[in-house]
Amino acid sequence: MKRNKSVLLSVPYILWMVAFTLIPLGVVCYYALTDPNTGEFTWSNIAELGTFLPVFGESIGYSLVSALLCLVLGYPVAYFIAHRKPLTQKLLYMLVMLPMCMSFLLRTLAWVALLQDTGIINDFLEMLGLARLPLIRHPVAVVLGMVYNYLPYMILPLYAIIVKIDNRLIEAAEDLGCTPAQTFVKVVLPLSMPGIVSGITMVFVPAVSTFYISQKLGDTGTFLIGDVIERLFKQGDNANLGAALSLLLMILVFVCTGIMNKLTDSDGEEMVVV
Amino acid sequence: MSKELIRLQNLTMEFDGERILDGINLYIKDHEFLTLLGPSGCGKTTTLRIVGGFLTPTTGEVMFDGKCINDVPPYERQINTVFQRYALFPHLNVFDNIAFGLRVAKMPKDEITKRVNDMLEIVSLKGYGHRNISSLSGGQQQRVAIARALVNEPKVLLLDEPLGALDLRLRKDMQNELKRIQQATGITFIYVTHDQEEALSMSDTVVVMDKGRIQQIGRPEDIYNEPTNAFVADFIGESNILDGVMLEDYKVRFFGRTFKCLDAGFEPNEPVDVVIRPEDIDFVPPQEGHLVGTVTSVTFKGLNYDIIVDFKGFKWLIQTTDHQPEGATVGIRLNPEDIHIMHKSEYSGLFGDYSSYSAEYDELTEDAADEEE
Repeated sequence: MKRNKSVLLSVPYILWMVAFTLIPLGVVCYYALTDPNTGEFTWSNIAELGTFLPVFGESIGYSLVSALLCLVLGYPVAYFIAHRKPLTQKLLYMLVMLPMCMSFLLRTLAWVALLQDTGIINDFLEMLGLARLPLIRHPVAVVLGMVYNYLPYMILPLYAIIVKIDNRLIEAAEDLGCTPAQTFVKVVLPLSMPGIVSGITMVFVPAVSTFYISQKLGDTGTFLIGDVIERLFKQGDNANLGAALSLLLMILVFVCTGIMNKLTDSDGEEMVVV
Repeated sequence: MSKELIRLQNLTMEFDGERILDGINLYIKDHEFLTLLGPSGCGKTTTLRIVGGFLTPTTGEVMFDGKCINDVPPYERQINTVFQRYALFPHLNVFDNIAFGLRVAKMPKDEITKRVNDMLEIVSLKGYGHRNISSLSGGQQQRVAIARALVNEPKVLLLDEPLGALDLRLRKDMQNELKRIQQATGITFIYVTHDQEEALSMSDTVVVMDKGRIQQIGRPEDIYNEPTNAFVADFIGESNILDGVMLEDYKVRFFGRTFKCLDAGFEPNEPVDVVIRPEDIDFVPPQEGHLVGTVTSVTFKGLNYDIIVDFKGFKWLIQTTDHQPEGATVGIRLNPEDIHIMHKSEYSGLFGDYSSYSAEYDELTEDAADEEE
């Protein structure tokens, strides 16, 4: 009896899921496997995906570089926050969250305002009597945009894990002869692994499918997979090919998350082998 | 005996203006099994952490082999620690936990394997090398923690309430085990506990602490038989503590009677605390007794009866195998060796009165001690 009632509680969400996740997913699959003109079943959209491999490669490249940069930048921050007093921790945590309260689009537009040829930074450089620099429309600007936007997604899971590392383990390592650097490599870093893995996943997954950042901050030749999909739907009116690409991207993200999860799960056993 | 290894000189420690340690002076000899004993909050763990290098004393010096090591970080001290609740590395298996220190010291691989396996055998965990830490019981984790520290062959091993989380039976076994390991290896042990029985049965030297100060240092027998003040007398075992006056050497007066005793060196007519251990008292027929009282309560404890006897309103605890019914009139005799005399101290009058006796007096007195911190 009780059980049946609790199932009822999940009905709204199940309906939501069906209406806005499962049915659209079915539509995507349908489009991906039908001809744009005749509407008949075809593999041709799938077959055409091969031509987009370089774009996929580029997207993955950008996202990986961004994720790694986020890790390098985010880890020290997360470590720093985790070792403050509880109240300071809460305050710093809020500061990290703060940019996320603002629209993603606004934040990216703000970077445009900063970096563009007539932007704030270049105006400032000119004021100092220096030459204007081509800051925008450059791969570095795209990576910068990704790192800026997704850094909190790296810091928060890292912080959550690091703050839970028992200080006595660090003392134990020092007791057994580890210098602070050795303690970090042998104890703190391995114990942070779950945070690192989930941080990388949380940066990589949205970064690999982004389109806005590359459009605003990249040069005209920088097309990431998200841009291509957007173009196919909005301008190229080949929604069927776009659907096939979306499907492939989704599978890719699934595989990546799967690999990441696998890494965390087998963490304990792997260490045993080493 | 052997030479001095560690000396603590005038250690004080303050946290946020609160004095945790107050003038600790102590020396520890090589190969010694020394126990810091006291109620929680007495400063024993702080003292241990200062020796381990995890805390720097506010004032005072830690000398190791004649050199001040205040500024030496933990990883450069020839000291290893068995932490309270073990602090084993969860990402490493049993073997790798034990090998940790040896690997940091860059010992050759086959030597590490040999030493870790030897150590696994010593702590009776042969064949457990590949096991995950989380799959071990408390007692097993405990032994891994000991092995992880001992395998480095430190000069000194610090143990912070290592048996606290174990059940009674396992604790007894591990006490014997630790004592055996200490004697076999000759490593100096500094052991922290609040369990007086553990301290008495394992140590060469017991240091009784309270309120950040050392109350008494001595062999277990001396601590038990000749406590220096009411705190020690009460914390180590049970004690009846009475007000008395030392008339002259070997003569003390309490309860309106003069008794012979074995103590000397007090001022004439000095007010003193008189300690009578509950197990030293024997019942005699009332007409032969030095004192006559009424049994008010009898509790069976297994090994003995705890009997409370009311002597003119002052209740004594007597531990005996002779059963006496409640309400019986009994006499007792006190021999000179049953009486121990202490100078008055800040603890006088706080301990050793069983007037508010209940079957849970152990817990009651412990709680009382905790609250005073």
